Amino acid sequence: MSKFSKKRGKATPAISTASLPDIIFMLLFFFMVVTVMRESELMVRVIVPQATELTKLEQKSLVNYIYIGRPTDKYQKVYGTSPRIQLGDKFANIADIPIFLEQHKTTVPEAMHGRIMTSLRVDGAVTMGIVQDVKTKLRKSGQLKVNYSARPRASR
Amino acid sequence: MAKNSSRSRMANEINASSMADIAFLLLIFFLVTTTIDVDKGILVKLPPWSDEKPDIQKLATRNVFSVLVNANNQLLVRGEPATLDDLRERAKEFIINPSKREDLAERPTKAIISLKNDRGTNYETYLEVYNELMGAYNELWDEEARKTHGVPYSEDLPFAWRKDIKGKIPMVLSEAESTSFGEEN
Repeated sequence: MSKFSKKRGKATPAISTASLPDIIFMLLFFFMVVTVMRESELMVRVIVPQATELTKLEQKSLVNYIYIGRPTDKYQKVYGTSPRIQLGDKFANIADIPIFLEQHKTTVPEAMHGRIMTSLRVDGAVTMGIVQDVKTKLRKSGQLKVNYSARPRASR
Repeated sequence: MAKNSSRSRMANEINASSMADIAFLLLIFFLVTTTIDVDKGILVKLPPWSDEKPDIQKLATRNVFSVLVNANNQLLVRGEPATLDDLRERAKEFIINPSKREDLAERPTKAIISLKNDRGTNYETYLEVYNELMGAYNELWDEEARKTHGVPYSEDLPFAWRKDIKGKIPMVLSEAESTSFGEEN
């Protein structure tokens, strides 16, 4: 009898927080794993249009990105306001696209080369001229799988 | 002497109570920088480039659904002005031709959609038009899948089914060289 009452009296210590770091670390590792750091700073303003017939892009390593848009305020003094192409982290011309594609290709295993896709992230307010030129260059470079990046829209 | 004893007492156990704080700090950093955005978009396959001029094929006009977008973002569908809203329905009717009209496609396999834009066309308009035409085909494939297999069309269907459906209603969307009347900016 005395045994029980003794135990009960002692059973109100502070809750141990020793496992708190473990829990936090677990969360931390989860977020570290799912985080994708933006590899390139955007130098052009890109607000992609909305669309409904969308396909999800699988396997990020097989995708290269071409940004087309007007330079952001920071760069407008030097580069003006007409639409520009951004490849990686710098402004580029149409002629730089084949080299850019080749550089990306070297990071992909040879067997996967046929599945490389180019994601065109184009600002909605840009005219088709520059997009057409990029498309022509992509066709000439043999990069035919293209994805027009767009935001989902519920319905028209 | 007193110093010595305090040092030995400190070495007993490292205080780990700040560990949680450090972990929290890192956690919040990663929470803020994380972007779980999935890149989505309209998938297209461009035609391969050839330097030769394409042979001009004689196509019956009834089999061609021409869509022109000018530099003012106006639409001309089969020679008459149109709006984005009824483009999808018109394209579907053209491809399937349910009432066997003389001026619409003979068969879905013969239907060709021809899209032509100006260099001054807004990209947003172009993509919307493309989206509607794509949507027309997607809806037709969906109807076909429901009719023959009783399930909605999706990329998860067996390859043979998808091939069969796309064989019945092939998507032929040809993009002509764009005109350059409009002003680019």
